[in-house]
Amino acid sequence: MSLDTILASVASMTAICSALMVIWQRNAVISALFLVLNLGSVAILFLTLGGEFLAAVQVIVYAGAIMVLFLFVIMLLNPAPLKERFASGPVVTGLTFALGVLFVASLMRGVMSLAGAGGAMASVGERYGSTRSVGELLFTAYLYPFELAGVLLLVAMVGAVVLARRQAPGED
Amino acid sequence: MPLVSYISLSAVLFTIGVMGVLLKRNALTIFMSIELMLNAVNVALAAFARHHGGLDGQIFVFFVMAVAAAEAAVGLAIFIAIFRLKKTTDVTEINLMRW
Amino acid sequence: MDAAMLKEIGEIVVRMLIIFTAVFTGVAYMTLVERRVSAWMQDRLGPNRVGPQGLLQPLADGLKHLMKEDVTPPGAHRTVFILAPIMVLIPAVVSFAVIPIAGDAINLQDLGLPWDWQIKPFIADVSVGLLILLGLASLEVYGVVLAGWSSGSKYPAMGALRSTAQMISYELALGLAILPVILTTGSLRLQTIAEAQSGTWFGFIPHWNVFIHPFGFLFLLISIFAENKRLPFDLPEAEPELVAGYHTEYSAMKFVMFYMAEYSAMIANAALMVTLFFGGWQVPGLALPQPWMFLVQAGAFAVKTFFFLFLFVWVRWTLPRFRYDQLMNLGWKVLLELAFINLLVVAMLVAAGVM
Repeated sequence: MSLDTILASVASMTAICSALMVIWQRNAVISALFLVLNLGSVAILFLTLGGEFLAAVQVIVYAGAIMVLFLFVIMLLNPAPLKERFASGPVVTGLTFALGVLFVASLMRGVMSLAGAGGAMASVGERYGSTRSVGELLFTAYLYPFELAGVLLLVAMVGAVVLARRQAPGED
Repeated sequence: MPLVSYISLSAVLFTIGVMGVLLKRNALTIFMSIELMLNAVNVALAAFARHHGGLDGQIFVFFVMAVAAAEAAVGLAIFIAIFRLKKTTDVTEINLMRW
Repeated sequence: MDAAMLKEIGEIVVRMLIIFTAVFTGVAYMTLVERRVSAWMQDRLGPNRVGPQGLLQPLADGLKHLMKEDVTPPGAHRTVFILAPIMVLIPAVVSFAVIPIAGDAINLQDLGLPWDWQIKPFIADVSVGLLILLGLASLEVYGVVLAGWSSGSKYPAMGALRSTAQMISYELALGLAILPVILTTGSLRLQTIAEAQSGTWFGFIPHWNVFIHPFGFLFLLISIFAENKRLPFDLPEAEPELVAGYHTEYSAMKFVMFYMAEYSAMIANAALMVTLFFGGWQVPGLALPQPWMFLVQAGAFAVKTFFFLFLFVWVRWTLPRFRYDQLMNLGWKVLLELAFINLLVVAMLVAAGVM
């Protein structure tokens, strides 16, 4: 049981448990905190997969910026916690959960039938997942999507500012 | 860990996200479940990338994160606009266009 | 768990003990330094009664806070109320895990001790060390926003919103100010960045990044002042404006944790500035045998960090504070643009082969 395997197992367990708590909690802030825990566990999983740059970006962007945005919005609006936990009645909720379990089971069956899935991963060099390797690929083979992603973020930024703006008095 | 463990984890996380989107009442929790789904996909992509020894999966994760950031920002802005009108986060209350 | 792994864990524990002891002592004595230096600037004496020259004052302060009553406001969300100070303290202290304090490792046998253990000058040698530091800076925001939300009252909520907005705004400028250094050094690893600043020009000007990237340093300095919510950027916790901002409702040990977190973050950021722009532990022109070189380099690092901490205190008691809209204006409309232009110019110079 190498350290890698133990770390990956613990991170996976934490990811699943925190994901369950995200959808179980009534209070949006506590859900957000559990989601942050989930994102942190996924960052550790990226580390075990050799993606060190990816893990750092996950923490900086996802856990450090997007979730802060969520918490910020929750704090700003300060909505009262809702009375009911789920949107539908108990019958529909139970049925949906059962369907969910069926869904996972079918996905797992598909996964098991993957060729070579049970074996070990490909052995990779030391530079795998390093910032330099990712950067080289990103700015050569994937330059066009990179620039498009930049434009997308700009459009999203402008859109978010316009949508959330308070209408000044006198405006339509 | 072998590939199958990572993909199973991704499947479970994705399903939990789907459950959250379908079942929860609070709009913000629904947004967070969407982020859960995107995260699950990221895990699957990174695991497959490692399995084949290439970095293309990791680049894709990069772009998924960028798109998730954009989508979270715009989605929350829409939510703020709706909240100003309806003063509640309950999605069952936002039913003006129901037949 | 074989002998080799145990030895490695033992070495890590020794390094952690050294660095964290230094950090916590530094944090405790920063409170005293702040009070004595501010007193000196205001032409009065600071605390100098408790112990010689007031050196036992932090101990007295700590004991006082320990014995205070720990009040939890009735509208507070208990779990998050207790969690918030912890969430502020952890990233601030973990930042020290990647900052190097000396050049090469020393062996305990050089010091005359019988064990064959190496003491490396950092706790963790991470190849993306700088990204880890940026990530931890992003995580520090959580404690603030949770403290404000969980207090259940107006002033902390307002203070937390403003503090959070300020911190995330200046995080961008922080990252952009650091990028030119990464461009010219070519690595994210802090030890590599520190080692790249060895040597001198003309025999007496040290080859430090501050002479290559003066504007980057200036932008980093301003961003760090804003990130740590120190004057002139401390409106969210200024007394006449917002009582005490996000930590209004906290008393006793939880307040001490906030205080400790603020000073730890300050020391970590000062250490970061020293490592990135002032050569870290470099002492140009000096070559001694180990282990003396280790101690001299660690000492030089401490002196340089202390200079920046003194600068923090100096600026706090000299400048008036920014109004909140001026602060956000500066962060988004001025600093971000200038940092971008700086990055662009350095990138062009690097591409042209000049740097």
